Amino acid sequence: MAEDATNGELTVGFLPLVDACLPILALEHGFAEAEGLSLRLVRDMSWATVLDRLLYGHSDAAHMVAPLAIATTLGRGRPAQPLSVPFVLGLNGNAVTMRPDLARAVNPAGGLGEPAAVGAALKAYIAASGQKLRFGVVHRYSSHNYMLRYWLAACGIRPDVDVEITTVAPPFCADALEFGEVDAICVGEPWNSVAVERGTGEIVMVTAQIWRRGVEKVLAFREPVMEARRPQAEALVRALRKAGEHFVDPANLETNAAILARAEYLDGDATLIRRAISDRLLLRQGGALLHYPDFMFQHREAANFPWVSQAEWLYSQMVRWDGLAFDSGDARKAARVFRPDVYRSALLGTGEPLPGASSKVEGSLAGPTSVSMQQGLMTLENNSFFDGKPFDPVLLESYIQGQRSA
Amino acid sequence: MRIAIVDESASRAAVIREGLAALDDCEIFVVTERRGLVARIGEIGPDIVLMDLGNPSRDVLEEYFAVSRVLGRPIAMFVDESDEESIAASVDAGVSSYVVDGLAPHRIRPILDLAVRRFNAFSRLQSDLAEAKGKLADHEVIAKAKRILMDSRGFTEPQAYTELRKTAMNQGKRIADIAEAVVTAHQLMGGK
Repeated sequence: MAEDATNGELTVGFLPLVDACLPILALEHGFAEAEGLSLRLVRDMSWATVLDRLLYGHSDAAHMVAPLAIATTLGRGRPAQPLSVPFVLGLNGNAVTMRPDLARAVNPAGGLGEPAAVGAALKAYIAASGQKLRFGVVHRYSSHNYMLRYWLAACGIRPDVDVEITTVAPPFCADALEFGEVDAICVGEPWNSVAVERGTGEIVMVTAQIWRRGVEKVLAFREPVMEARRPQAEALVRALRKAGEHFVDPANLETNAAILARAEYLDGDATLIRRAISDRLLLRQGGALLHYPDFMFQHREAANFPWVSQAEWLYSQMVRWDGLAFDSGDARKAARVFRPDVYRSALLGTGEPLPGASSKVEGSLAGPTSVSMQQGLMTLENNSFFDGKPFDPVLLESYIQGQRSA
Repeated sequence: MRIAIVDESASRAAVIREGLAALDDCEIFVVTERRGLVARIGEIGPDIVLMDLGNPSRDVLEEYFAVSRVLGRPIAMFVDESDEESIAASVDAGVSSYVVDGLAPHRIRPILDLAVRRFNAFSRLQSDLAEAKGKLADHEVIAKAKRILMDSRGFTEPQAYTELRKTAMNQGKRIADIAEAVVTAHQLMGGK
């Protein structure tokens, strides 16, 4: 669109999901305006269309599943176009919901299942029934897909061999469970809760149990657009950070749930949205609400900081599941999608915590750890993978090798 | 050539189908049902798939194409990756297209051009309709405002209209906007 460097108009594409909250609240509460931005939000119904609008200039930036930003940069499925991510819109927030009889078979105790135990029960179930179960995910290049596959593979269940994984659009996930098109779904909110409400599914796990601090949606620009409009991109980062502060304050819960539920945004049930954004889940009909504070993570622990190591982990999974060979050039391109330098430049001098490093060993912390900061103070909590294996980006190639032989 | 039109709007699909019917050697299939979409596309075995950008099943279909590529039945995104202009025109018009690999560009191009024109024609139809509805609403609010002025200020109908028009001109607004303000003010003052 307008590439005028002084123009404050920014158009941002999004899908109606609760983790589109920060751009919506940045607009609604005037945080964008306070930064001199005139924000326009464009809602679409598929990631393909969100991406098309970004690539063909209908939007300047987009709410996007993180792996898709990397896939687009590497030209997976479409001609390569470099994207840039100066801000992570959130961590986790997805769940694994199964048809009720399957949920009870693999998680008989109820509650949130322990991933390794559910995985073992699922493996036994598949072996005993000889059934090839179908899992629905929202996109091939989604964190849902990668988290689900990571979990299954680590439990000895081979994706695409022992189970089938297929794409289902989020609004139809509950339908797909009900009509037996899939046996389980891995999707964001409010779609798990919709399935529970309708009695067609029960939540068995949340993705935060698979990777405690897994990257989920990102704010993506085309790289040339971000460079041409750097001041606006940085202003947007500041506005989104403010929106996050507002979002996590329990005092604003009702207001924000009501805004998100509106027809032009999620067009959904405010009660279900309120539940999700306060990290509360109804796992099955007739059960009690469960509070799981790590469910979705939009602000604390500098959750929005685009760690290069997160992009590299996503690349490792892309290589793994697309059956690619490791390519150091691609690895560098993937790493460069995440732009901590832009995040830092935007927030320098604001008092926001700014990590000094751009990469970290993902999944290395079992408990609270103070981290050295360029600015501010921060303690990172447990960020581990459920199988306890850390990801050290320095050892990317051998990590990929290890997955292959696993 | 087998062309599948995937559109949840049956009326738009009909408009596009009608446009494409003029082409020689084309067999056209319309799919409006979401359920069983992938299986249906598999049965049709299309050379070209046209799908509106607002369709929530785009990601599902793209996944299917990606997998079928692995199976050796390649379907590519859009017509020709180098033809930026025609892609941009498609996105502007709100249609995405998927084409079997190896189909000659000169056979695809006219179909896509036609689809884009038909999509544009359909959105023009819709905006005309919206405009017509808007005009109808304008007409109603002006009539209400005239009635209020006639009751409260003893104007005749032409006088009431002249008053609205004069005010609109002075303020550089549309008559309907002034009428709307009159009606709102009247309601606020306890009128109905």
